[in-house]
Amino acid sequence: MDLHFTADEPTASEVDAVDAVLGAAESRWHGGQRVDPSEAQTSESGHRTAGQRHLLLPVLHEINGRVGWISRGALNYACKRLEVPPAEAYGVATFYDMFSLEQAPPVVARVCDDIACQAKGAIDLCASLERAMGPAGDGNAGRCGWVRSPCLGQCERAPAVLVTAAGERPWTSVIAPATAQAVEAACSKDSPTDGPQVRESVPQAGQASLQLLHRVGSPSAQSLKEYRADGGLRAWELALDQGSEWVIEQVEKSNLVGRGGAAFPTGRKWRAVAQAGGPKYVVCNADESEPGTFKDRVLMEGDPFGVVEAIMIAAFATASERAYVYVRGEYPDATEGMRSAIAELDSAGLLKRACPIEIRRGAGAYICGEETALFNSIEGFRGEPRNKPPYPTESGLFGRPTLVNNVETLANVLRILPQGGAAYAALGTERSSGPKLFCLSGHVAKPGVYEIPFGATVRELIELAGGVSGTGRLQAVLVGGAAGAFLGPDELDAPFTFEGMRAVGATVGSAVVMPFDDSVDLGGVLLRIAEFFRDESCGQCVPCRVGTVRQEELLERLRSGHTIGTLDHERQLLREVSQVMRDASICGLGHTASSAVDSALERFPIFQGATR
Amino acid sequence: MSDQSLADAPDLTVPVPPGPVPSAPSRDQRPEVELSVDGQRVSVPEGSTLLDACRQCGIDTPTLCYVETLTPVNVCRVCVVELEGSRTLVPACSRKAEPGMAIRTDSERVRLSRRMVLEFLASSTDVTQSPELSSYMESYGADPERYGERDAQAESKTQPAKVDNELYVRDYAKCVLCYKCVEACGEDAQNTFAIAVAGRGFEAHIATEFDVSLPESACVYCGNCIGVCPTGALVFKAEHDLRERGEWDASRQESTDTICPYCGVGCTLSVHTQDNQIVKVTSPLDQEVTSGNLCIKGRFGWQFTTVASKAADDTAAEGE
Ligand SMILES: Cc1cc2nc3c(=O)[nH]c(=O)nc-3n(C[C@H](O)[C@H](O)[C@H](O)COP(=O)(O)O)c2cc1C
Ligand code: SF4
Ligand code: SF4
Ligand code: SF4
Ligand code: FES
Ligand code: FES
Repeated sequence: MDLHFTADEPTASEVDAVDAVLGAAESRWHGGQRVDPSEAQTSESGHRTAGQRHLLLPVLHEINGRVGWISRGALNYACKRLEVPPAEAYGVATFYDMFSLEQAPPVVARVCDDIACQAKGAIDLCASLERAMGPAGDGNAGRCGWVRSPCLGQCERAPAVLVTAAGERPWTSVIAPATAQAVEAACSKDSPTDGPQVRESVPQAGQASLQLLHRVGSPSAQSLKEYRADGGLRAWELALDQGSEWVIEQVEKSNLVGRGGAAFPTGRKWRAVAQAGGPKYVVCNADESEPGTFKDRVLMEGDPFGVVEAIMIAAFATASERAYVYVRGEYPDATEGMRSAIAELDSAGLLKRACPIEIRRGAGAYICGEETALFNSIEGFRGEPRNKPPYPTESGLFGRPTLVNNVETLANVLRILPQGGAAYAALGTERSSGPKLFCLSGHVAKPGVYEIPFGATVRELIELAGGVSGTGRLQAVLVGGAAGAFLGPDELDAPFTFEGMRAVGATVGSAVVMPFDDSVDLGGVLLRIAEFFRDESCGQCVPCRVGTVRQEELLERLRSGHTIGTLDHERQLLREVSQVMRDASICGLGHTASSAVDSALERFPIFQGATR
Repeated sequence: MSDQSLADAPDLTVPVPPGPVPSAPSRDQRPEVELSVDGQRVSVPEGSTLLDACRQCGIDTPTLCYVETLTPVNVCRVCVVELEGSRTLVPACSRKAEPGMAIRTDSERVRLSRRMVLEFLASSTDVTQSPELSSYMESYGADPERYGERDAQAESKTQPAKVDNELYVRDYAKCVLCYKCVEACGEDAQNTFAIAVAGRGFEAHIATEFDVSLPESACVYCGNCIGVCPTGALVFKAEHDLRERGEWDASRQESTDTICPYCGVGCTLSVHTQDNQIVKVTSPLDQEVTSGNLCIKGRFGWQFTTVASKAADDTAAEGE
C-alpha cells in the first residue's frame, strides 16, 4: 500500500508520544532494542495481528494524553510508523469522545450530566461551572476547560467529575461528589487530587456473607503477597490441578450466565472456545459504560488480583494464547489497579501457565462495550459492531475464536471452582444462579454496589440501600440500565432475576436499580436517555443512526407541546421509530435504544396534557 | 492500479501445452440448500445469501448498500426480511441461506422496517437524484414529511457540495452513508484508502483525513467511488456543471460501449453522451476485466474531446 501524507509535520513531543509506544523509529529500522511501551504491553511472537494496526488506539491515547489533542502532524507521524492510511486513522480518532482533533485545553473536566447525577444536582453543577469557567467545550479556554459527559460510572458518588490533564506525565482526578469549587481547585493544580476510596462504594464491605466483594477495602488489593495471604490464587491452583476439562464442567454445572447484559450461558462459551482450534483469545470486557452501572469498576479497584486470576483461569481452560482486558477509558484507578496486578503476577512467573495479559484502554465510546465493536476497537478500527453470525466463539478478535466475558462474570468463576459448579448453582433461584452485584444509585439513601444472591425483589434491593431518599416518595425505578426499563411503585415485588424481570417486561441488563422520587421530571430523564443513545450510536446502520435522532426530536416535541399533527399521531410515529430500531438495527444498542422510553410511556402519564 | 506499457504486454508466442483444455468446475457441484421463501420452497447453492434466494423466486428486494462487486456491509437495512425463529429481522444481502430456514419478505414487520428506513434516509438526505430510492419510497409508501424540519437534518441535507477539483464533485447532502465508496477506494478495489467514515452517530460522514480537499488527499481519481455511489452524491464534474446550469437531460443521453484505448488491459468503457458530448464514463459491473472499476485515464481521460481543461490534464498526470 502506497501511503500518501499531507505536508504537516509532528512536533518533538508528538514524536516522543508515538515513539513511547512503538520505540524510536531509527532503532526499529535498524533492528535495535524495542522500548517497552507503557500503553500497550505488546510482543509480536506468535501473535496473528495485521501488522501493527492494533497499536493505533494506544498510540492515539499517548498523543492525546501528552499533548491534549491530535494534530495533523501527529496523525501523519503515527500513520507513517504504523503504516495506516491517514483517512482511516482520522476515522478512528474521530470515533472517540476522549480524543480531540482540534486544539483543546490541556486540562479538561468531564462533568457527568447523566440521569443519576442529574438526580443529585448535576444541572446546577454545570450552571456553576459555566459561570466560573465559561461555556462547555470551549477550545480556547486556556489551561482548563470542561465538557459535559455521559455517565462516568461513578453514580454512587453523584454528581461525578473526571479531570484529565495532558502533559509529559498525564494525570487524572476523580472528583465525586463534586462541587464547582472542588472541580476548579482540582483543575488548577498540576498533580492529581486524591479521589474517594472504593470501600465507600460498598456499604456492605467487611460482611462475612460477601462472595464477590469480600476483598473490597482489604489490603489484598495492594500486593500479591497480601492477596495470597487472603486465600488468593486458590481457584487458579485448583484449576491447574484438576485440568481444563474439569474447569469447564464446573462452569457448565454452575449455570452461570453472563453478567454483561446478554445473559448467555458462560459454560457454553467456554466449551466452544476450548474446542476451537488456535490461535484464540480471551477478552475481559471492562468497558462498563451503561448509565447507572459501576459494579465492574468496583471489582477492578477493590479486587484487581481476583479479576486477573479469573482471566488466567479462562485462558488456561480455553488454551488461549493471549488475553486482553478492555478497560473503559474513563476508569483511571481501575486501569492502574489492573495494570499493577498483571505486572506483579507476571514478574512472579504466574502468567506462564496462563498467557500474556494486555490492557487496552477504551477512549470514550459506549458502543465499544458491544463485544464485536470491542474487537474492532482493539484491532485499530472504528468501534462499529459486526453483523452476527459469525459469533465470537467462532470468529472474534483478529478473526479468531474468542472468549469474551464481563468482569463480574469472570469474578464468579473464583467462587465456582472451590465449591464445585453444582453447589454454586444451588445459590440463587433455579433459573438465575449465584451471587449477584447490583448498582444502586439515584434516590436511595445509601447508594453503592450491593451483593446478594439472586432472588431478592426490587423493593428488597432498595431497602437494602436504605430506602428511597429525596422526598421519600417513589415515582419510578429504572432497572437494568438506560437500555433497560422503568417500573412503577406497584411493581416493586418483582424478583430481580432473569425470569422475574422478564415477567414484568424488563431485563436484568447490568443490574442497575435507580429509583427516582416524585420531584423528578421523568420527561427530562427520558430525554437525557434519548440523548445518550443519539450520542452513542456508532452511526453505521440507518435505523439507529437516524432513529435515535428522530426519537429524541419526538420526545422534545411531545414535551414542549409543539407536535406535528395530533398527539396520537406523534405517539404512533414514536411507536414506529421504536419498532424499526428494535427490528432492523445491527446491534443491541439500536435494539434497546427505545426500551426505557417505551416502558415509561406505557406506565406513566408523561406528556399527556401537552397536546395542542 | 498501474499502467501497463507495451513492453509488459503478454508474449503471445508461449506454446500451448498438449492435452485437454481444462475448464472451470461447473457451479452446480456446490451442494444445495433448501429453504422456504414466503411459503415457497426453493433450493440455492450453498453459500448463497437470502437475497440470492429471493431473486431466484423472482421477489424484488430493495438494496442500497449492497452491490455484487463489494463485500456486504449490511448497514442500510432496507433489505431486511423476517426469519422464523429470529428475534429481529435479518439483512437478506449478507445473511447466508441455511437448510430449513423460513423467511417472509412481505410481512407487516418487513414492510414497516423498509418504509421507516426509506423515510429516515429521505428525511435526512437529499434523495432527488436517486431514482432507485425514490421508486422504493413509492412502493413502500414512505412519507418523510412527517418528521418535520429540524436544524440537524436541514444541515445534513443542505450542506454545500465539495467542488475541489476538475474531475468529480462530492455532494454529501445526498450521501446515505452506504460505505460503498469507502470499500471501492479501499480493500475491495482501489487500495488507495483516500476516504473513510469519520465521526460517530448522526455526525458520521465520509471524509479524507481532517477533511482535507481531494487534491491534498491520497485520491488518484480512479473514479471507482463514483461508479458505486447509489445516490448521485459522487458525480462527474461535467455532470455536476450541466445540472447546475439546468442542462442535464437523461432523455437526450446515449450510452455506447467501447474498449479503453489507453493500455493493453482492455477495460470496457460505457461512454455516456448528451448532444454528442461525453458526460460520463462508466464500466459495467458484470464486466470480467473491470468489475466496474477503471483508472483515471479510462474514467476521465476523455475530457480533451470536450473541455479544454488544462487543470484536468495536470491532475491526471499527477495521479499516475
Ligand atoms: C451497546 C452495548 C454495550 C455493551 N456494553 C457492555 C459492557 O460495557 N460490558 C460488558 O461486559 N458487556 C457489554 N455488552 C454486552 C457484550 O456485547 C457481551 O455480551 C458481553 O461482554 C459478554 O460477556 P458475558 O457473557 O460475560 O456477559 C454490551 C452490549 C451492547 C449491545
Ligand atoms: S444499532 Fe446503532 S450502534 Fe449498533 S451498529 Fe447500528 S448504528 Fe451502530
Ligand atoms: S476517485 Fe478513486 S482514489 Fe479517489 S476517492 Fe474515489 S475511489 Fe478513492
Ligand atoms: S458518497 Fe455515495 S457511495 Fe459514498 S457512502 Fe455516500 S452514498 Fe454511499
Ligand atoms: S456517573 Fe453520573 S450518571 Fe453515572
Ligand atoms: S442492502 Fe442489505 S443492508 Fe443494505
